[in-house]
Amino acid sequence: MGEEVKLFAVWGSPFSRRVEMALKLKGVEYEYIEVDLQNKSDLLLKYNPVHKKIPVLVHNGKPIAESVVILEYIDETWKGFPLLPKDPYQRAMARFWAKFIEEKCMPALFKCAGTEDREKAVEEACELLKLLENELEDKKFFGGENIGFVDIVADFIGGYWLRDIQEIVGVKILTRENLPKLCEWSDEFVNHVVIKENLPPRDKLIAYFRTRFGPKP
Amino acid sequence: MSGETVKLLGHWASPFALRVIWALKLKEIEYEYVGEDLPNKSPLLLEYNPVHKKIPVLVHGGKPIAESLVILEYLDEAWKHNPILPDDPYERAQARFWARFVDEKCMPSIMSAFTKKGEEKEKAAKEARENFKILESGLGKKQFFGGESVGFVDIAAGWIGLWTRMVEEIADVNIIDTAMMPLLESWFQRVLQVPILKECLPPQDKVLERFKGFHKFLTGGSS
Repeated sequence: MGEEVKLFAVWGSPFSRRVEMALKLKGVEYEYIEVDLQNKSDLLLKYNPVHKKIPVLVHNGKPIAESVVILEYIDETWKGFPLLPKDPYQRAMARFWAKFIEEKCMPALFKCAGTEDREKAVEEACELLKLLENELEDKKFFGGENIGFVDIVADFIGGYWLRDIQEIVGVKILTRENLPKLCEWSDEFVNHVVIKENLPPRDKLIAYFRTRFGPKP
Repeated sequence: MSGETVKLLGHWASPFALRVIWALKLKEIEYEYVGEDLPNKSPLLLEYNPVHKKIPVLVHGGKPIAESLVILEYLDEAWKHNPILPDDPYERAQARFWARFVDEKCMPSIMSAFTKKGEEKEKAAKEARENFKILESGLGKKQFFGGESVGFVDIAAGWIGLWTRMVEEIADVNIIDTAMMPLLESWFQRVLQVPILKECLPPQDKVLERFKGFHKFLTGGSS
């Protein structure tokens, strides 16, 4: 087809992994370009002058930044394995929950890894995840029988990131006691045939988290 | 689809509700407006938006949708008349990118300039100016972000020039710098000349009074 798809990413980033998951689920071939965040290439700065961040998808020379914007672009460009549902109301619900994860859950979870007022941060994060869990109801995935938009945006929660960070930091957020359904969902997530090949190498991730969040000597 | 009722829970001074009103008017969708008396949130609002408890909320055939940009996308998908987003996926991605930039970068920096004092205020204003300069790069030489006519980003951000001028007046700060952002500044004026958008604007003197009240409250009363 002569399509050229490039992805500027970082191996451990849940944000660029979202894009990889979407591309893999749709069977789209792409060139992966690992970015050194300490030493951003001219190419990255050219393709994302506004935020200077990853992920950036470059499709036939045209760059798109912001992972959720990229996901919608991918869904509109490659029709196989739709990420968003067909029905406009269901689509609105998916976008609403994706926003909730991005704007409320993610910042709250990052706060839990910080050192300020950790107990309060954990309480808030648990409340937010409870709301997310309620949305799951009895579905296998947020997308229903199969993975969808919201599942992918929730990769930080469903994949190993949250589980490993909370253990290293020493907090209890996503536990079977607190959030049984969400835990069950995260098991399905990491065992999904495509997702499991697309999570960062766990030992490498844990080593990175220990350095970043672990107790300082 | 057109048989079902559309209700909008909003607030007269909210720019987020204004986004939805603009979209409804541009797409010629009939709706019932329900003004909330914030901060006394009605049981209806709490029922329709239990997660955030905020306006705007669009209710279509009894089903609620919250978050203004999510609502805009919904309106465009449920009513095909007068599309807000372009057809081309790349252009759509650009529109979504810039609307997010307004919400995630422009708005917080303007709010910071409004609520902070002294050096922090000046720092926030500088950031707000820089964000506007960046936003201008998304506009370029076009008449509107949507091209020849208003689109998603124009609807999402068309009110921001007016609101920022109020912030500048009340907080005694400079954010809109003509020399720095000439194209954006002329867009600020042009977009509000579009009749449908202009006629929906809330009374500016009332909005200014409300902002003054907020400013006093947020900065501890000193002017």
